[in-house]
Amino acid sequence: MLRRFGATVPLAIALVLATFPFLNLTLPGIFDGPLSSAGTLNLLALCFVFGALALTYDLVFGFTGLLSFGHALYFATGVYVTAIALTRWNLSLPAAVGVTALVALVLPLVVGAICLRTRDVPFAMVTLAFAEAGSILVLQNPLGLTGGEEGLALGAGSLPAALLGVANTRNLYWLALAFLVCVCAIIWFAVNSRPGRVWQAIRENERRVAVLGLNPYMYKLGAFVLSAFLASAAGIVYLLIEGGANPQVTTANFTLVLLVMVVLGGVGTLWGAVAGGIGYEYLDNRLVEFSNASAVQGLPDVLRAPLSEPLFVLGTLFIVLVLFLPGGLGGVLRRGSRIAGDAK
Amino acid sequence: MSTIVLLSITGLGLGALYFLIAAGLSLIWGLMRVLNFAHGAFFTVASYAAWLAMTSLPSASPWLQWLVALVAGVVTGGVFATLAELILIRPLYRRPVGQVLVTVGLALATVALVEGFFGTDARTFALPVWLTQTSAIAGAAIPNTRLVVVIAAVAVLLLLLFFLQRTRYGLIVRAGVENRAMVSALGIDVQRAFTLVFAIGGMAAGLAGALGATYFGSIDPARGTSMLISAFIVVVIGGLGSVTGSALAAVIVGLLQQFLNFYAAAGVGDFAVVILLAVVLLVRPSGLMGGKA
Repeated sequence: MLRRFGATVPLAIALVLATFPFLNLTLPGIFDGPLSSAGTLNLLALCFVFGALALTYDLVFGFTGLLSFGHALYFATGVYVTAIALTRWNLSLPAAVGVTALVALVLPLVVGAICLRTRDVPFAMVTLAFAEAGSILVLQNPLGLTGGEEGLALGAGSLPAALLGVANTRNLYWLALAFLVCVCAIIWFAVNSRPGRVWQAIRENERRVAVLGLNPYMYKLGAFVLSAFLASAAGIVYLLIEGGANPQVTTANFTLVLLVMVVLGGVGTLWGAVAGGIGYEYLDNRLVEFSNASAVQGLPDVLRAPLSEPLFVLGTLFIVLVLFLPGGLGGVLRRGSRIAGDAK
Repeated sequence: MSTIVLLSITGLGLGALYFLIAAGLSLIWGLMRVLNFAHGAFFTVASYAAWLAMTSLPSASPWLQWLVALVAGVVTGGVFATLAELILIRPLYRRPVGQVLVTVGLALATVALVEGFFGTDARTFALPVWLTQTSAIAGAAIPNTRLVVVIAAVAVLLLLLFFLQRTRYGLIVRAGVENRAMVSALGIDVQRAFTLVFAIGGMAAGLAGALGATYFGSIDPARGTSMLISAFIVVVIGGLGSVTGSALAAVIVGLLQQFLNFYAAAGVGDFAVVILLAVVLLVRPSGLMGGKA
């Protein structure tokens, strides 16, 4: 269905989204304030970043079939290296982004080269271990660089004025939206390119790819590095929106949440992963409001405690989806559109 | 000298906890090819069950409270794991990735549930007086909790080896680790062995939950996850599917962490463990005592 329209529909959606900061529309129940309010734009910007991040994870997990449990490491690289370069080394934003880009290229190259010597479950465990090492490093606060458990706040002096203040939330919103569009375009081109076909072939049958005379290791490393690099870029945008770094983004739980996003949306589909990321982040934020609502607060403890934890609700939803809807929500839509297509 | 003894026994204590978690993980992976992310949740739930059991008997003697807490931990871990296998893992028998995903969901939801009921703050775990004291061994003052944890883990190791080497079900499990298809072809119900292995792994993790509360003196919802990651490292270093390999790797990892965290700097030990993992995988991808991967 999407293929028939090519890039028209997504671009149209992006253009509509780009007008949100000018719309003084209220959507009661969906957003607290009007669409143009800073709170709504901030939430949407975060959703876009997570949509893009989920898509980068889908590139390794869904398209190449690599079950990595260390994706948080690369997102955190973007967040922390940029934050350290801005606040500790007093670099300008472009210089900080340059430094981060270098690290974001070298780190996954080295880690990926080691991890990809294993496959399947050992691969999952090794990537998890490396991410854990990153998490320990951030929490230990070496040389006072990372701020340990407190994280790092960006000072007002370290950013261009256009990205500061509540009035400029719309600039961050547009930045996040543009970033999401770029990531979608890059990954769309990547998976439809020749190496992209090989990635999907590796997912289906790695041995056969090797028999055809291609080197699966190099292709897998390519997918791993591209995905990690884009995840770091997402980390930079996240840092700008949040105005600081917190160690939460380094944890293993963060990667698990990414996995939940991708599976909720549909593994190995571009739009499914983006929708999963956006939808998860939205629900994660909105369920907190929901749990503070008087209807939930009035419930007896046995019901109130589970409902006040967004992760419990989302985790349970995830289990149900895995058990009963293997393709995720994207898979259901695809199946639906195929049936509709057959009917014609 | 006394510092070295103290560090050794503390490291062994930590290794003992890792082993209790890793043994179940390793058996489950060896037999079923399931990477069980919910194993940390078994640990967490069992530690809270132990705490609840202890606080529900305020008038009993401290030793009785502690023993009841241990039993509560073991039983809770075993029951939780069995139910997880029957309800969540079994329907996904032909979908290995689905099995991993469902354990991920279970882990996230369970920890969130525990946080919902008990909050994120740590709770102290009251202990009998003797367990809060130290014993003099080779001139070093060793906290008694370290000794108890080590002894319990050794006992579990011996029990597991006895089960695997000397009982009929142990034989089925060992044969299943070697070649699952052949075992079912011989007309043996492997699925029952799956449930059994989950129950045993859950009981060991439950014991680790109660003993971990004893070792650290407190419980909190996040500890299970961090223990799980160390246990994963132990399992891979030891060789997937090998219980003795897990025991050996747990000792190495526990000691390495303690010594480097003390003599180098805090955090260096945890780092070194990850490097050790990378080295082992490069030199011996199937782990120290693993067969063909």
